[in-house]
Amino acid sequence: MMYRFRWRKIVNLLMFGITGLCTLVTVAVLFLILGYLVWKGGTSINLDFFTQLPKPPGEAGGGMANAILGSAQLVLVAALIGVPVGFVGGVYLAEFGGPTWSFVIRYVADLLNGVPSIVLGIFAYSMVVLPMRNFSVLAGGFALSIIFIPLAVRTTEQFLRAVEQPLREGALALGASKWKAIATVVIPAAMRGVATGMMLGIARVAGETAPLLFTSFNNRYWSSGIDEPAASLPVMIFTYAISPYPDWHRQAWAAGLVLLALILVVNVIARVLLLPKHAHGH
Amino acid sequence: MLMAIDMPALRPDVSPRAPAGDSGHHPDGRPKIRVSQIHFYYGSFQALDDVSLAIGANRITALIGPSGCGKSTFLRVLNRMYETVRSARVEGSVFLDDQDALAMDVTELRRRVGMVFQKPNPFPKSIFDNVAYGLKVNGLRNRARLREAVERSLRRAALWEEVKGKLHDSAYALSGGQQQRLCIARALAVDPEVLLLDEPSSALDPIATGKIEELLFHLKQSCTIVIVTHNMQQAARIADDTGFFLMGRLIEFDKARVIFKTPARKETEDYITGRFG
Amino acid sequence: MPRAAALSRTLVRRLRTGDEIAYLATLTFANVILLIAALLVFELWTTSALSRQRFGWGFLTGSTWDPIAGNFGALPFIYGTVVTSAVALLIGVPLGVSAAIFLAELAPPRVSDGLTFVIELLAAVPSVIYGLLGVFLLVPLMRDPVQPFLRQTLGFLPWFQGPNFGVGYLAAGVVLAVMIVPLMTSISREALLAVPRDQREAALAVGATRWEATWKVVVPYARLGIFGSVFLALARAIGETMAVTMVIGNNPNISASLFAPGYSIAAVIANEFTEATEAIHIATLIQLGLVLFALTIIINALARLLILMTTRKGTAQQ
Repeated sequence: MMYRFRWRKIVNLLMFGITGLCTLVTVAVLFLILGYLVWKGGTSINLDFFTQLPKPPGEAGGGMANAILGSAQLVLVAALIGVPVGFVGGVYLAEFGGPTWSFVIRYVADLLNGVPSIVLGIFAYSMVVLPMRNFSVLAGGFALSIIFIPLAVRTTEQFLRAVEQPLREGALALGASKWKAIATVVIPAAMRGVATGMMLGIARVAGETAPLLFTSFNNRYWSSGIDEPAASLPVMIFTYAISPYPDWHRQAWAAGLVLLALILVVNVIARVLLLPKHAHGH
Repeated sequence: MLMAIDMPALRPDVSPRAPAGDSGHHPDGRPKIRVSQIHFYYGSFQALDDVSLAIGANRITALIGPSGCGKSTFLRVLNRMYETVRSARVEGSVFLDDQDALAMDVTELRRRVGMVFQKPNPFPKSIFDNVAYGLKVNGLRNRARLREAVERSLRRAALWEEVKGKLHDSAYALSGGQQQRLCIARALAVDPEVLLLDEPSSALDPIATGKIEELLFHLKQSCTIVIVTHNMQQAARIADDTGFFLMGRLIEFDKARVIFKTPARKETEDYITGRFG
Repeated sequence: MPRAAALSRTLVRRLRTGDEIAYLATLTFANVILLIAALLVFELWTTSALSRQRFGWGFLTGSTWDPIAGNFGALPFIYGTVVTSAVALLIGVPLGVSAAIFLAELAPPRVSDGLTFVIELLAAVPSVIYGLLGVFLLVPLMRDPVQPFLRQTLGFLPWFQGPNFGVGYLAAGVVLAVMIVPLMTSISREALLAVPRDQREAALAVGATRWEATWKVVVPYARLGIFGSVFLALARAIGETMAVTMVIGNNPNISASLFAPGYSIAAVIANEFTEATEAIHIATLIQLGLVLFALTIIINALARLLILMTTRKGTAQQ
């Protein structure tokens, strides 16, 4: 009896140790990635990286100024398409939708969210690149917006639902029509959460590579408009990493560090803002 | 069927409504709201069963009864707040003065019949914007007139002296009792003819409760008040008329002193003596 | 007649308050989601029609991929996707579920909060970054010492034989495992946290140790949600493109050895789509995209249903 009791205690401790170790291994990956990028990328990063255009293959030097601008343009196009559609769609799900139709839209949004981004790249290719007969920022931004919209819809819905019912009723009881109550009370109360959720979505699409390969493609120079192909940080990391030139490898590390730093900073800020104690904006 | 309703001065002939506040304090005045044969359903659940009563103008009508008896649902019929629940359905008629409340424009009805909720629910806005909200959604834009109306409403809600220096602070900075009086001021700002209160002091301490009761007593000169409460003492203190609900039915409705002293129905007596011990 | 008049009156009134307009406007935007989904299926289906006409179902079982000779068989890619995903699940599931159990049940709350935060950040790392570390850190490690060691110890199995390049199915599987663990951990953790308190308290009250309560009561209660997280992770692994493309070796042949370079569906689309010039080549690549789409949709739909049954935080939230 005593022996069995001690055995159970040992198993308890042992499993605590094993599962804890698994968690540590998982968590350590982030620090491995960060540490390696800072080590490799930190020594490769310089002013040229932010200000110069890429050099021809094999030549040392140059930078990724055009890719940084290209990524910014792509994300901007994605946000311009995705934020309004996602936000208003989310308002429908949270406030106006009947049970059946909302369920359908929600389910389809979740399924779209699970479609591999490379498939959405094909979609953007046939919807935008083929009709325009050209790779372009617009096509890349469109592809990213397709990834962004389901995220934005669900995040908007989630934060609008979190607004307490008495607030809505308070507005309705004063003679506000439904949409006025939503526009003047519910949405302002949820705005902080919605905006942060949108930021997380933007950070997510900013790192997407696969859907850009055959939509915004790549460009060694500045792109002259949103109907032109453009370089972007993720695509540059990919092409430089699998190239045979050591100096490009060096720049791939630098680009990786810049991209990851931006994404992690946005994530940390957003997640801190979303901590429960900040739930009320006032 | 189970009605022992002694409607105070229910008159079959209805004259056009007088302007609010005009009728003064008549203990047995005209009815402001006439409710007849209301049946109310949430899906297949019947929450109100054949309820009829008349609410006297410029009187405080208290609705009492155990939890789930339908008193809050009844309140929500009066300003059609039940419409936010998808499965809700109502039969019967509600007249505000001589107008069919169930058919009229719902925003118009809610402007004329204000409501204060169980828990204070100020909007996440400034004190000023909270009080001005109802006026703004009803189309008032003039800053000077808004300011004037906000001050008048805060005075009527006996809150002005406490907040006049910080109108643009967040409403969440106020205490619970102040927040509830702010919600009353917010409701008063649009000059409602009727004010519905759903257990307005259940989340407040005795001192804050006292202030609100005092306030209601003053307010009944200018509007008709219907209050749901589970606090019998409160009903006895402030009500002119009292209705007792049980399992979705209005068991008894009469002057408050009759209900609390000599109720006609056994159920009412049991509830009241049970509560008073 | 009065009915019609009353009806038009209410309609006018509803339009005037703006609620109907707001309803229609938001509905239109929400329906964009359905439009995207419908267009997506339509486009993939029509633009790959040529491939279906030419090869039919044989496309899925053909094992030769030679764009120059005009031979297009999808089997090497399907095989690569299945093998790498299987490796990823074999490594990732024990790791991810253990971490979820630790975070939800065993760790002190403060430790758990901190580590959960890190895992959420990990899920935000883009796949091209995983690929970058895969190329320069993992592949050299696989070449030496990992794969030689596996050959020495487990070399009697067909999976651990043959030449050792570093790149290959195993490297891709390992990268995928690392990538799916955060996703699996955070969803499993939510499923575990959704188990009612009284369940674990009941077990503890009859004298179970913390671990016994967790393993015998809490984990079985949350099992559907945990399965759901595994399916979601599987769908993610199947569709994952960049990291796999960078370490799998890009060789359209089928090998039993996990050390051998291979190819996956997503990787071949990424590599060949811009270079494809022949109409039939493009059509076959899109057909591969359609296969990928169908696989992930089916697995996702299943996963969402499973998660729905335990947490109610999934799709059918009301």
